[in-house]
Amino acid sequence: GVPTPFNPSHSVSAGFCSRKHPMATGAACVFVVRRDQDIYMETLRKLFNESHGIFVGLQRCEEERAARARNAQLVQVSKNYRSVIRACMEDMHQAASKSVLSGQRFSAFFFQVSILSAMELIWNLCEILFVEAAPAGPLLLRLLDWVQLHICDVDNMVREVLSSENPSKHKLFWNVVDIFVLQGRMDEARHLLSKEAIANPTSMKMYKILDDLMKKMPLGNTQTLTEMELKWQHWHEECQRYLQDGTFASNSHMESICKILLGDENAILEKKELMTTWYHFLVTRLLYSHPTVKPMELRFYAQSSMDMFLGEESSPEPLDTILMAAFEFELHQVIKECSVALSNWWFVAHLTDLLDHCKLLQSHNLYFGSNMREFLLLEYASGLFSHHSLWQLGVDYFDHCPEYGRVYLELHIERIPLNTEQKALKVLRICEQRQMHEQVRSICKIMAMKALRNNRLGSALSWSIRAKDAAFATLISDRFLKDYCERGCFSDLDLIDNLGPSMLLSDRLTFLGKYREFHRLYGEKRFSEAARLLLMLMTAHIAPCSFWMTLLTDALPLLEQKEVIFSAEQTYELMRCLEDLTAGKLDRQKFQDDDVETMKVEMLRLALARNLARVIVKEGTLEGS
Amino acid sequence: MEEVCARFVSQKISKARWRPLPGAALQPPDLFATGSWDNEDNRVSVWSVGDAGSAGLNGEYQGEPQLLCDIRHDGDVMDMQFLDQERIVVASSTGSVTVFRHHQNNQTLSANHRWENAHYHADQYTACGGAACTGVICNNPEIVTVGEDGRINLFRADQKEAVRTIDNADSSTLHAVTFLRTTEILTVNSIGQLKIWDFRQQRNEPAQIFSLTGDRVPLHCVDRHPSQQHIVATGGQDGMLSIWDIRQGTMPVSLLNAHEAEMWEVHFHPSNPDHLFTCSEDGSLWHWDTSTDVSEKPSFLHQGGRSTAYISHSTINQSVVSAWLSNDPTKDRMEITNLIPNQTLSVNTLDVLGPCLVYGTDAEAIYVNRQLFA
Repeated sequence: GVPTPFNPSHSVSAGFCSRKHPMATGAACVFVVRRDQDIYMETLRKLFNESHGIFVGLQRCEEERAARARNAQLVQVSKNYRSVIRACMEDMHQAASKSVLSGQRFSAFFFQVSILSAMELIWNLCEILFVEAAPAGPLLLRLLDWVQLHICDVDNMVREVLSSENPSKHKLFWNVVDIFVLQGRMDEARHLLSKEAIANPTSMKMYKILDDLMKKMPLGNTQTLTEMELKWQHWHEECQRYLQDGTFASNSHMESICKILLGDENAILEKKELMTTWYHFLVTRLLYSHPTVKPMELRFYAQSSMDMFLGEESSPEPLDTILMAAFEFELHQVIKECSVALSNWWFVAHLTDLLDHCKLLQSHNLYFGSNMREFLLLEYASGLFSHHSLWQLGVDYFDHCPEYGRVYLELHIERIPLNTEQKALKVLRICEQRQMHEQVRSICKIMAMKALRNNRLGSALSWSIRAKDAAFATLISDRFLKDYCERGCFSDLDLIDNLGPSMLLSDRLTFLGKYREFHRLYGEKRFSEAARLLLMLMTAHIAPCSFWMTLLTDALPLLEQKEVIFSAEQTYELMRCLEDLTAGKLDRQKFQDDDVETMKVEMLRLALARNLARVIVKEGTLEGS
Repeated sequence: MEEVCARFVSQKISKARWRPLPGAALQPPDLFATGSWDNEDNRVSVWSVGDAGSAGLNGEYQGEPQLLCDIRHDGDVMDMQFLDQERIVVASSTGSVTVFRHHQNNQTLSANHRWENAHYHADQYTACGGAACTGVICNNPEIVTVGEDGRINLFRADQKEAVRTIDNADSSTLHAVTFLRTTEILTVNSIGQLKIWDFRQQRNEPAQIFSLTGDRVPLHCVDRHPSQQHIVATGGQDGMLSIWDIRQGTMPVSLLNAHEAEMWEVHFHPSNPDHLFTCSEDGSLWHWDTSTDVSEKPSFLHQGGRSTAYISHSTINQSVVSAWLSNDPTKDRMEITNLIPNQTLSVNTLDVLGPCLVYGTDAEAIYVNRQLFA
């Protein structure tokens, strides 16, 4: 295929398309990540999202106090995870059959399905051994269910035989009966055998005995262990007697079944092809020789079963190693092997988290300080953050990593590209909820800056208000004021007129609001109020010095009114302001290129003087005289 | 909630809309469209919800939404509205507005028409990125769009150029738009203002401006009461639901503390306007129910006779009118329910029609409830 560069945003899918073929027999292959593996990624996204819901639910749910209730709770969570994996497998299966895939991709698809299947197999075993921690007795029943669930070729065979006209004459008939017996499905085996008995009346006597034996086999968790062992011993002896009497000598099939019932390892091993796996062999062995096996005894039987089954030719595959580690109750080994074999973090992260909730993992710290659960969750969540869309899930995972989660989140969240305002708002909300003030400020500044460059002053102000960023608010106000000076009128009046309490965010903003109010008052011909406001802006030093000239110039029309507006005191104040302004200027610059300025100053002085004259007369005049 | 069907769809859902029912149809809606966001490859999809009682195509659980068709969409789907039974108008984060046609006979979607640069930042040289089109509303054949550039566009479905454009209508981002009357629209922006624009007026100024009291919290969504057109509801960035009476005053009539984060959508139920629905970034979807039970009326109404009937009739009317506008603590008259039991990620969108509710989340799932009032 065409090699494509490793794309970080596909790192999660790359992880799944593992570089080796851990689960299949045969040579290792290299899988190249392609962008068009969309169907695959689509299905995985469902896995990630649904499991995220289960994960968060587990962290948040209140712990049941009674041990048994807590156990049931955790088992339910485990079952939920498994059903999500199965749903994912189902989806992928359907998608693969529906879509038109070429041969190579088709097989790659089914390979992925088989990986999911292996994951479910491992998880199921871990659930039985660790989460549920089934004791001796129920343990075997769970293991039987486990085996039945995962060896699916049986169903096809069964269907074929049962749907045929004459089942007992079908070439696979005895295979099906055997597999039923091997899996402890006694009722189904007996049902099939009855067909043989009907078809072959000569073997009726043998059939009746075998049927009786199978019916009487003790299998159940309704009795105590000692009761069970006693019954079983009794039954075992009965089977032994029938075998030794040569009851089944004339029918090799039935004889072999009897031997299986007696737990004869050679007889069981003969049916290797039917069982297909060593762990099936293990469970069958246990069923017919040690049904009351204790969890801690499993390891011995597991090792010997694998040796016997695989023999000399084959060596254990990674899957076998993982399952063996589980049977040996080596939790850390299981996790380690899974991490290596699967090279994706989803499985180990969630499984480890669940096991941690079962209080099974020693908190032995890894060398850089955090424990295994946290390490795996951090790795998984980091992988999510490299995906353009799944980063939102990653947040919750970081939240539940007490040591380093916050730091990781702070670093990752700053790197999310903010292409729309809505996305920025979502990221901002995440930061605010976690009191990540620096990130809030930084994001708001970026968005405000963008808005400013696009001349969206209202948006820019809105972002500064959110971040309570006084400096930026000052910047925006200066922009407005600059616009006003250049154009002589305000832009965006709808904004300035409606600042409300946000006006107090910065002094410059307050000035802007008040200055606009001055203009409004003037427009409404409320001259004395306008005058008072204007003066206050200067004397209370709300106005920046650079703006004083403009303000004084604005005072001109008020001074020139027919009616006297400024009082004497106010006029003196204005004069003082003007003098302060010009005094400062004389030092710094010459007036040669500022004729306009000089003229303005002159006009102001004249207007102020004339106003003073008029107001002194007015104030000095007594009323009614 | 057994009546709720969930379906994981492998894309974050930004908008979901029921297809409108023709005329005075009595049956519940059976088809809805969704738009995704934050994908490299966003899609507009059309789904059908089967009748209760029929099995899906593959024997899947009935009632679960089935994908009929989808089409690639350039940019995030920011807003979406059905123009008529077959056409859907979609607003994009690239600033373009597209009209898609849903072909019923072969179940495909095609792009019918596109206004490429409906929204953009004025100065191409200093512009920093594109301007998203944030809201779209239709009243066949007219389409109004608003965007991050503060621009309002009025399009007609069959015309290439905009009928009218109001540049710089707002100095901040316009988040949502809805029709007030056939020639008037309502917009909300990110400095907490609700504005009425009248297209009959030639000047590019709003006819009226309403503001939030207190902090100018950005408003994200707006909806008008279906029958009493002076009642308007808006949702803010702080999760507050504001009810406005646009006949009087410039401030909201009531402020209701609702969600803990941005309220993304608010909808009056089109045929049962006593019911209001809001959804939020905090992952909840609230059902606000102001319909009062007759049995809770004062006892004198239970006496027989014509006069009683008259009183009760007007009292009921009055309670309907004032339920939303009442300044009294409405706690004893308003029932508020969170429809989501286990909330995680944001509920971005919702739509109600008849007895059906559809909503979409950032957890890449769509939920359909077809027995809303059961």
